[in-house]
Amino acid sequence: MRTQSTGAAVAEAELFLTLSVAGQPCGVPVLAVRDVLGPQSITRIPLAPPEVAGAMNLRGRIVTAVDLRRRLGLPPRERGAQPMSIVVEQGGELYSMLADTVGEVLPLRAEECAPNPPTLDPAWREISRGVHRRDGGLLVILEVERVLTIGEAR
Amino acid sequence: MDDLIADFLAETGEGLAALDLALVRLEKAPDDKPTLSEIFRTVHTIKGTCGFLGLPRLERVAHAAENILGLYRDGAMSVTPAGITLVLRALDRIKEIVNGLESGGAEPAGDDSALIAELDAAAAGEMPAVKPEPVAEAPSPLEAPAAEAPAGAQAPQSIRVSVEVLEDLMMLVSELVLTRNQLMQLARARGDGPYTVPLQRLSHITSDLQDGVMKTRMQPIGNAWQKLPRLVRDLATELGKRIELEMRGADTELDRQVLELIKDPLTHMVRNSADHGLESTEARRAAGKPETGRITLNAYHEGGHILIEIADDGKGLDTARIRQKAIANGLAPEAEIAAMPDREIHRFIFRAGLSTAQAITAVSGRGVGMDVVKTNVERIGGTIDVASVSGRGTTFTIKIPLTLAIVSALVVEVAGERFAIPQIGVLELVRVGGGSGVGVERIKDAPVLRLRDRLLPLVSLAEALGLEPVPDAGTEQAGFVVVTQVGPSVFGIIVDRLYDTEEIVVKPVPPILRHIGMFSGNTILGDGSVIMILDPNGIARATGVAGEGAQRVSDAKTGHGMRSDDRTALLLFRAGDATPKAVPLGLVARLDDIPMEQIESSGGQPVVQYRGQLMPLVSMTGGPPEPGERGRQTVLVFSERERSLGLMVDAILDVVEEAMEVRAGQARPGFLGTAVVAGKVTEVIDTGWWLRQAGGDWFRPAAVSAPKRLLVVEDSGFFRQLVVPALAAEGYEVVAVEAAAAALRLREAGEEFDAVVSDIEMPGMDGYAFVRAIREGGAWAELPVVALSGRTEPDAVAKGRAAGFTDYVGKYDREALLESLRGCLALPVAA
Repeated sequence: MRTQSTGAAVAEAELFLTLSVAGQPCGVPVLAVRDVLGPQSITRIPLAPPEVAGAMNLRGRIVTAVDLRRRLGLPPRERGAQPMSIVVEQGGELYSMLADTVGEVLPLRAEECAPNPPTLDPAWREISRGVHRRDGGLLVILEVERVLTIGEAR
Repeated sequence: MDDLIADFLAETGEGLAALDLALVRLEKAPDDKPTLSEIFRTVHTIKGTCGFLGLPRLERVAHAAENILGLYRDGAMSVTPAGITLVLRALDRIKEIVNGLESGGAEPAGDDSALIAELDAAAAGEMPAVKPEPVAEAPSPLEAPAAEAPAGAQAPQSIRVSVEVLEDLMMLVSELVLTRNQLMQLARARGDGPYTVPLQRLSHITSDLQDGVMKTRMQPIGNAWQKLPRLVRDLATELGKRIELEMRGADTELDRQVLELIKDPLTHMVRNSADHGLESTEARRAAGKPETGRITLNAYHEGGHILIEIADDGKGLDTARIRQKAIANGLAPEAEIAAMPDREIHRFIFRAGLSTAQAITAVSGRGVGMDVVKTNVERIGGTIDVASVSGRGTTFTIKIPLTLAIVSALVVEVAGERFAIPQIGVLELVRVGGGSGVGVERIKDAPVLRLRDRLLPLVSLAEALGLEPVPDAGTEQAGFVVVTQVGPSVFGIIVDRLYDTEEIVVKPVPPILRHIGMFSGNTILGDGSVIMILDPNGIARATGVAGEGAQRVSDAKTGHGMRSDDRTALLLFRAGDATPKAVPLGLVARLDDIPMEQIESSGGQPVVQYRGQLMPLVSMTGGPPEPGERGRQTVLVFSERERSLGLMVDAILDVVEEAMEVRAGQARPGFLGTAVVAGKVTEVIDTGWWLRQAGGDWFRPAAVSAPKRLLVVEDSGFFRQLVVPALAAEGYEVVAVEAAAAALRLREAGEEFDAVVSDIEMPGMDGYAFVRAIREGGAWAELPVVALSGRTEPDAVAKGRAAGFTDYVGKYDREALLESLRGCLALPVAA
């Protein structure tokens, strides 16, 4: 991926951080992101919903990690592959979304965003708010709030 | 200076500063309604408070100013600069007086009549036409304050800080503590270096800072009690009782957060004591008590906890009623409830939907209450218990941690993961396996630990958390048991390793994890890793190892006084026939294998030398083992005080958690009935009956020279099985029949008894007819006859007495029955 920025577009476009989950490019609104971290030591939480990978320490605050692969019902990462953490805040709590890789920040125009295609996998549709067509591929825009709606709250 | 005055000064100072600004704003925009209301409110508050505190000068001035402001607010008068000036002057006077109050502790002397007259005149619409004074007048009232300035300028002794600031400070300190812990850990790992000394210093300062900030959060519990005297006074008037409230330890300090959470439960409980606990004045007089009932609140520190007692000297809890209610509401099977000791029964009041007030009053009695109190107390890691003596009063004891923010916790490891267990509640640590001489035993699959003289139920933390044990660790090769207390019940948590204890800052778990219930929070350890904090309450709940009213081994008074919230740990064993037998595990002190050759005989009774004493053995299998037999005999050991008794059984089968629902079956001695346990029909043994086989006085050392003979007439087989063992356990010789006719046949047969206990409602001849038949003549005419009935209303009692019953007792009130019998049998019968 490469940054596509023409002056006019940047002004009106929303910025997205791109990431990939099992080869699928995704985007998260940059304004929702507090931190992007490399591999972290994560404490497992027994009995937690399967999507919850565990808890980690971000400068003295406890961050609950949600694995996007598990959230989407995808197979686990290969052994040794370390996930990246995209830290977001919701309801005063910090959460980290674990993705395979983190890409760049892209300006995307709202009018280019297409609604979820009906053929999209239900697991994806649940947490996607739309799809951008880019470079012949599709970029799924994740709705952070819905990604974090797990456990009892669902 | 009075606390109230100090508070008032702080509050008024703020209000006055805001008023100055608001009045100036109002002058510029006379139609600004919100500002006007705000000003009016502030002045009104000052006036009201002054009246309450007995500050007449302030009150009069504020009142006069309020009059004008009221007219402005209602639109009855338009806002004029002259009017505002006048109000400002009044405010200046108020400040002046307040300053005097601050420095002198009392209102300074002075005459405000001129100012008040002016204010009143203005309120009456007589605004002075010419107003030359404003400029000159404004400073003039300040003459006095000018003189007092040095005193008034003295810094106030307390300032108001918003709770938010304190919370932020607390959070920062928490972080600092964590960072300090982290640094210390690093320093320890590196050995000594140039940082050691400054780090030590940092550590001390951090601790001091932590203490200091904690202090800002501490408030005397008296703050939560302030409203109670008034509440009690009002309640007394409303209920027509005379109540005295005594408060001890009001200066005991605890965390603000805890205080807030405990306030409402306390209020509720005092209300309860006044309404339910204390009797009416007449009833007290009749009972020979002082007419004035007393409610005592007592707070004190005890080892990192605060204990709060709410005691009344009223009538005590109505055990029989709670029993009935508990049965009516299906809180536990009837058989269990009927057999429970009173203390357990009393604990039912903490369950939802059980109010014992006869009538719903405005004060309480809606059936919500103590369960909510319990929930609230538990939410802050506290426990609540009740002790009640009939006719003497009820005492509630609440035990809560001093603070919720920073607690000391034990770090443990299981299956390669670390967890923190709050030190509160940890009673002791026991090393098991690995050559320690103590081992976790498994009765089938349920782990138990023999700890001194009790069998401790255990919870495997790995299993409870769904973790797979580390493979090479083997099964409980070596590990530790964390002996934990939750409420009254004690159980052990099996872990693999123990680490240090650490001061941890409890942080709540995020919402997506709240449903788990095993964790009370999470925290960051000194090494920077995140760790989950276990909640022993949650573990006990989730694994059923303890619950409301769960069994405590030490309470094993009667053979069947056991129940647990929903499920009871039952020990299954085989004895005699193939049908499995069950006994509540909590009653069993130990399980033991005794070599057969050690069993001796003493007066026909098999005994064994056990821990330096002779322990009688009772066989469930028929006769004693053949002398000289080899092998080992499995024995269930029951203990009370120094005495032990062994019940010989064939084999231990299992320990299961089951909701024990005993169905009364054929009246077979030694068995309460049958229950389906683990899918099999199982006989639940009547421990009391078996224990008596070792001697009737086993549980009651007071020897009855010649046992009194009782006849029990009761149509319900189920109830017969409850009441007969209860009476027999007291040393009575009991004969039970199921109908009055059968009883009368016994009379004709010449049977002799010392007393008769009879049900009222029976098919065929009922209790009234039966007692009349007895009284009509014959060998039993003079016998005491005690009625046993579910109905204890006064008219039913009166009818019973008229029919010839000596006494009349509620059906589930074992104590009352025993008491009544003792009374009847001690005195010559006056029939």
